[in-house]
Amino acid sequence: MIEGILVEGLLYGIMALGVFITFRILDFPDLSVDGTFPLGAAIMGISVVNGVPLMLALFIAFSGGLAAGAVTATIHNKLKVPNLLAGILTMTMLWSINIRILGNRANLPLLRQRTILSAFTEMISGVVPYPWSVLLFFLVVGLTIKFLLDLFFRTDMGLTLGAMGDNEQMIVSQGVNPEIMKVIGVGLSNGLVALAGAFAAQYQGFADVNMGQGIVVAGLASVMIGEFLIRSNRIGLLTLRVLLGSIVYRGIMYLGRYYGYHINLTPNDLRLLTGLLIIASLAFSRYQNSRNESARLRRSIRAAAGPPGGGRP
Amino acid sequence: MIRLEGVSKTFHPGTVNEVVALRPIDLTVREGDFITIIGSNGAGKSTLFNLVAGTFPASSGSIRINDVDVTRAPEHIRAKYIGRIFQDPLLGTAGSMALEDNMLVCYRKGIKGLRISLNRKLRAFFRTQLEDLQMGLEHRMKDNVRLLSGGQRQALTLLMMVLSRPELIMLDEHTAALDPKNAALVLDLTRRYIEEYRLTSMMITHNMQQAIAYGNRLLMMDKGEIILDVEGDEKRSLTVDGLVERFHAIRHRDLESDEARLT
Ligand SMILES: Nc1ncnc2c1ncn2[C@@H]1O[C@H](COP(=O)(O)OP(=O)(O)OP(=O)(O)O)[C@@H](O)[C@H]1O
Ligand SMILES: [Mg+2]
Repeated sequence: MIEGILVEGLLYGIMALGVFITFRILDFPDLSVDGTFPLGAAIMGISVVNGVPLMLALFIAFSGGLAAGAVTATIHNKLKVPNLLAGILTMTMLWSINIRILGNRANLPLLRQRTILSAFTEMISGVVPYPWSVLLFFLVVGLTIKFLLDLFFRTDMGLTLGAMGDNEQMIVSQGVNPEIMKVIGVGLSNGLVALAGAFAAQYQGFADVNMGQGIVVAGLASVMIGEFLIRSNRIGLLTLRVLLGSIVYRGIMYLGRYYGYHINLTPNDLRLLTGLLIIASLAFSRYQNSRNESARLRRSIRAAAGPPGGGRP
Repeated sequence: MIRLEGVSKTFHPGTVNEVVALRPIDLTVREGDFITIIGSNGAGKSTLFNLVAGTFPASSGSIRINDVDVTRAPEHIRAKYIGRIFQDPLLGTAGSMALEDNMLVCYRKGIKGLRISLNRKLRAFFRTQLEDLQMGLEHRMKDNVRLLSGGQRQALTLLMMVLSRPELIMLDEHTAALDPKNAALVLDLTRRYIEEYRLTSMMITHNMQQAIAYGNRLLMMDKGEIILDVEGDEKRSLTVDGLVERFHAIRHRDLESDEARLT
């Protein structure tokens, strides 16, 4: 059980990192994710079945996500439509594209196919037994991606992306074209999501066009839960808390799935639960902000009134 | 170095909301000019800056920077020549990012690559620059900029702007949102940087005293026109009362701005 939660937490954590980039760093709420997750799965699935070298398949999946994200950003840039609408358009179109990639079907089983995951677990099966070898695999993959991302956000370009999400005028004033930066940022985000989809297909043993439904919201819930766990402005901790948030989220979902019947929950209620989780997080952070705000107000009133005892102002 | 010919701006032309913000104006800014700009609310001062910076396109006329026609160039292209500060201290910095990261983004113009430039050497350089501000910011390089006061933030914006050595700086009432002490500090810093780096500058202010005391050239704007352009000895001999009189002589009405009279 615990290894199942950790594996899913790390696997979907890669997707949540993508969601974190758009929602939190770029301030570009992007819904293409619901389409790019199955896109990655579909590319990986069809490649595995057709004997494409596995690493190449992974790279194509990542590039596919990148391209889809670039399309979303370009729709937003050139047609001046809101980013939410641009994402929905890409997501909707991807549904048809994903079915085409899968060879005009909605589902492609991968059981008994050699995948990167199965190759890895077989290779180390002598040292690390089965469920734990899967966990080790996702630990390595998840942490590698996390560290690469940390590195990226320390580069000049990564910092500029962060600055754009905060204050677009500032980077325009620095002679940087924000449209290009959005293509890069949203592209990178969706590349990661597609990568997660590619790993999900290997883990679950199939690729399915509907496996992306509700993925954005799950990623967002993970990001928000993570924000309760650690407070920081250091990129290394920001990405770490996304992964941790994802693990906690999967834990909550697990509890809902296996123990929810005590309170009459069915698996169909999990989306409701996810939505409520997000609403609760939003409400709680609002409450915290207003508390900080009033604390600041009280402090400044006290400061304006002068130090207690009537000293000099 | 900057040449505007027949530049005008009309918002929402042909609708009931039509606003003529700037009538066709000609203006040449020479290298090394430090121009102060005054004028009542809605005179078109910010619109003039926005047109030069490329925030929105001009309705007519042409704009040249260093003999390059930039009339149609987007804002980020012109930004390579221009440094700009707004009245709102929040606009010049990214609040949720560390001070040193803000400086890194601003210290060189143009698109950034995948290098990690923020190393020990650059940090040391940033530190000496911050020490120069004498606000103790050199000890807070890893703090989020949001934690700084408005005055500190505006001083930082100023510092970050000159790091990339723009050819023209445009200051739009950049001390108006600060308390008098911080305003004086930032203004002093502005003058120091302009002299030290010989920056060509344009500064909008509502303070007539300031407009007279600073710079080598003064523009007065009203209703989308430049009604007065003085420099040199003539500028040096200006007084607040003299300016008010000249406004009256040109426009045949009183200068309505109370705040201009106050200071
Ligand atoms: N984006 C815009 N859309 C419509 N009208 C605008 C816009 N920007 C400015 N205006 C109008 O253009 C006129 C000139 O405005 P501008 O901001 O240039 O004045 P200003 O001289 O900077 O005034 P202030 O001293 O109050 O800042 C005003 O009537 C204003 O309402
Ligand atoms: Mg203005």
